[in-house]
Parts: sequence; structure tokens; C-alpha cells
Amino acid sequence: MLLVITGASILLSLLSGSVELNLLQLTSELFRPQDQLIHQVLWEIRIPRTLAAFTTGGLLALSGVIMQVLLRNPLADPYILGISGGSAVGALSAILLGLSGFWLNNAAFVGALFSVFLVFGIANKFGRWSVTRILLTGVIVSAGWGAVINILLTTSSNNNVQSMLFWLMGDLSQSVIGLTHGLLLLIGLLGGLYVSRSLNVLARGELVAMSLGVNIDALRLFLYFTASVFTATAVTVAGSVGFVGLVIPHMLRLLGARDHRILLPGSILLGGSFLVIADSIARTVIAPQQLPVGVITAIIGVPSFIIILRSTITK
Amino acid sequence: MSYLKIQSLNLSVKNKILVRDLNLVISSHERWGLLGRNGAGKTTLLHSIIGIRNYNYGSIQINGKEVSNLTRSDIATRVGILFQQGLDTLPTTVFETVMLGRHPHVQSVLRDDPQDIEIALAALQDLNLNGLEERQVDTLSGGERQRLALAMLITQMPQFYLLDEPSNHLDVANQVQLLGHLQKRVSQQSASLLMATHDINLAARFCDNIVLLMKNGEYLSGRNEDILTEENLSRAYDCPVRSLRAEGFTLHYPY
Repeated sequence: MLLVITGASILLSLLSGSVELNLLQLTSELFRPQDQLIHQVLWEIRIPRTLAAFTTGGLLALSGVIMQVLLRNPLADPYILGISGGSAVGALSAILLGLSGFWLNNAAFVGALFSVFLVFGIANKFGRWSVTRILLTGVIVSAGWGAVINILLTTSSNNNVQSMLFWLMGDLSQSVIGLTHGLLLLIGLLGGLYVSRSLNVLARGELVAMSLGVNIDALRLFLYFTASVFTATAVTVAGSVGFVGLVIPHMLRLLGARDHRILLPGSILLGGSFLVIADSIARTVIAPQQLPVGVITAIIGVPSFIIILRSTITK
Repeated sequence: MSYLKIQSLNLSVKNKILVRDLNLVISSHERWGLLGRNGAGKTTLLHSIIGIRNYNYGSIQINGKEVSNLTRSDIATRVGILFQQGLDTLPTTVFETVMLGRHPHVQSVLRDDPQDIEIALAALQDLNLNGLEERQVDTLSGGERQRLALAMLITQMPQFYLLDEPSNHLDVANQVQLLGHLQKRVSQQSASLLMATHDINLAARFCDNIVLLMKNGEYLSGRNEDILTEENLSRAYDCPVRSLRAEGFTLHYPY
């Protein structure tokens, strides 16, 4: 079922855009390339962008699942510990300095990792791990980054502000995606599946998890840093695309996928497809202009979440 | 032959000594009751035995191995605990919950062993929860949840059953039935049982040995009928307790 959605969303994404393609053109291009223009559009624009959207969505949803179990809080999302704030400050500073592309991405990634270690360091400095403390630290650090972001926005030239805003809302038009990203997603899937049983137990509380033989300190550390790397990577590719990491895991849980052996791969597929669809809409709805994809994720995510919530409650 | 050996154990919370110099050996087939006032250290002791709470002085050994040197999964395959506070109610079904009891034993990362499923279903049957497999846990009554928690513990098949207030949320019929069932399990599996409870009569009925935690870190331990006397209980609870023999039972009640 999810695989079908994934396939359909990718197809939709490949077909839609400033240059409309139909199914016939797509298949003939894939198997017997003829038209130079279509070839270029497809291989140099559409396919990389679709892959970027899928990978970003998958990583965010995966990290959302992990954060929600780790922090045992249904409101947790990949950004709750300040990762997006840190990388935003990195990215915005790079834009301010007139950097783009490679350097922008690096700045965003470094900012994200800095924030990860900052939160972890502060929260652990005062003794034992506690979910409340790490959540509080994350929220506070996020607020701090928020202030820095506002300073950068208010003191920048109009030109820069435009690209900063796009970055902040999440935008795939500048995305560069490589094999490493796909590989990371695959590693994330395999690593996640490997600890999926332990996640099922951890979801019942730390005491229960410990009494059932889960080495909780090692697991927490693993989850914290893998989720952070996934989020940092996603943010580096696409800016802080909101909503995917929070809502996709909940959608799947509401649909009955509570077992992490299903929830983790399901999140990657649904999160990926969701962002692919959102991005297709973002770049076609007011074409040739593009909307930031982060706007679309919320616009289509909110109503679909409410529909699922309603239909499962009445059951 | 499995045994749990506690030697010169001191337990304290925030510098207040709860138990001083505790010595205890629990062997196969034995059922121990752990009694004492609120805050006397019953839960602290149970948590120390499964290694989720550090003890600063003394030794706790399971089959001759120090608990602090065992890994979590080593402990979990031998010792199971029923926690005092109920299971969390994140959305989940009865069957998914009871299957978690197999977690210390599962071999495959992804696949559920048919044998594990069988054990889990049998545990639900034993606790009269069959037919509720697909029910959401948060729609269960308090008593059903407590039975579910017990089913999960039974599914774990430990050598040592630690129970923290097992009679919570259970009506008298369920208390007698479930503890009777556990009693049977303990003897069939050559396991042993240690249960913390406030119900003196329940402990008197189902446990052949008693640890009675007193004030100032003192304790009494031994055969049920030697420990559960009017004098000891009155001293331990700071409240006059009387005992009454009737129809083969001894009844203890505050006076």
C-alpha cells in the first residue's frame, strides 16, 4: 500500500513542472531517449529533485519517530532540540556573507551539529540523563537560536532576506543530493530496524525497558546522535521543512502501525512520498514561480492529519 | 537450582538509611513476602535486585553472580518484575503488550517466533484476558491492566518473580485467583517469588517466608508464622495490630 503511494508520488513529481510531460513521453525517454530537452529536464532537474525530496522527507520522518520515542513525548519532532535553529544560524550567516551552494550547506550542517553537542553537553553536565532536562535544554537553546535568527533577518538587506526566508521555510530548489544521502537513509533504515524491538519496549517507559533487558544508556545515546545526524542532513539539503517529522509518525500510528518494525520503514516511505508530493505542488501551483515546500507540507498536512484523526476516533 | 543471595546490603535514599545490613537467601520454590510501612524501602529493595538502582554497600547475587556485573539482558532473562505503577498507556494493543514480555528471549531481529506467540497467548488465557488480544490497552479497566501486566511478567518466564503491590486494582476474587496461579507457576518452574505488599493477610496466605522492614533500618526475616506476630507487626507499623485464628487462617488487623 505504502509502496504504491510512493511509486505514484514519484511518478507525479517526474511528470509535473514547468515543462509538462505525459506518461508516454516519460516512458519513451526512460527507455529510448530522443528529445534533448526532455532528456535534460528529466535527468538534470526532475530526478535529482525528486530524490532530494524523498530522501529529506524520509530522514525527517525517521528522525521524528526516534525523537518521539526517545523523549517519550508525542509533540517531539526532529527540530525540538534546536537542530534546525543551529543550522539556520549557520545557513543565514553564510547567506549574509554572500556564500552559497557548498559553503551554505556546510555552514548549515556545522551549525546543526554544534547545536546537537551544545544541548547534549548542557543537559548532561548536571548529572544523569533526564528527559525533562534534555527537552527543556533543547527548547531553551532553540529559543536562543530564534533570537539570533531574528537579528540576522532584521539587519540584512532585502535581497538576502528573501533567500533567508526561503531557507527558513524549507526549500528544495537549491538542493544538492548525492549518493551519501541515499546511503545514510539506507543505514538509518537498517540501524532502525536493528533496534526496532528495543524501541517498542522503550515506548513503554524506561523502567519497563530496563527490566526487560534493554541497555538503555547505550540505546539513548545511539538514538540521540543518529536522529541528530539524520535531521542535520535533511536540514542541510532542504532547509527547515516543517511538519513532516511531527505528523508522519502520528499518521502511521493512527493507521495502526505502532510496532517500530513497521513504523520505521513506513515512516521513510510515507515521509518521503509526502515531501515529493508537496514539492510537486510547490513548484507547479504558481509556476513558473516556486513556493517554499515547507509551506505546502503544512497546507496539505494539517487537513489530512485531521481527517485521519477523525476517522480513527469514530471507529 | 537457582538462588538469590543478599549480603550485608545497605539501602539509603538521600542519606536516609532505609535498610541496614540485610542478609537474605531466596531459593527455588520459596515464596517471600516483603512487608513494611510506606517509604520503608520495599520498592527500593526490589529495584536494587533487578539492577536499576545502585546500592552503595553490600552484595546482591543471582545464582552466584553479582548483579552489578551482569548485563541488563542477563538480568532480564532471570529476574522479572511487576512494577507498582501501571504500564504506560501509549496507544497499543493487549497482544503487542504481552509479547513484550518475550523481549529478553527473542532471537530474530524482525520475525516473531511462533513459540513466543504461543507463550504469550497462553499467558493471556491464564489470566482470563483471552478474547481481548486486539483491544487497546487504554480502554481496559484497572483490574484488566493489572492482569495484563502480570501476563507480561509470566510471558517473561523468569526464575525470580518480583512483585510490587501485585494486588493493586484487583478485587478479592482476582487477588486470590492470580496469586494462586503465580504460586502454581513458581512451583512448576522451580522459580521463586518475592512480593512487596501492604496486605498482611495476602502475604500471610501466599508466602511461606516474610521480610518485615522495621524502623531505623532494622528488619526481621524468617518463617511466616514466626514473623507475623502481634508484637512484631505492631512495632513495624507503629500501630497496634491484632491476630485472629479462624478456619485455618490467621487474620491480622489494625486495632
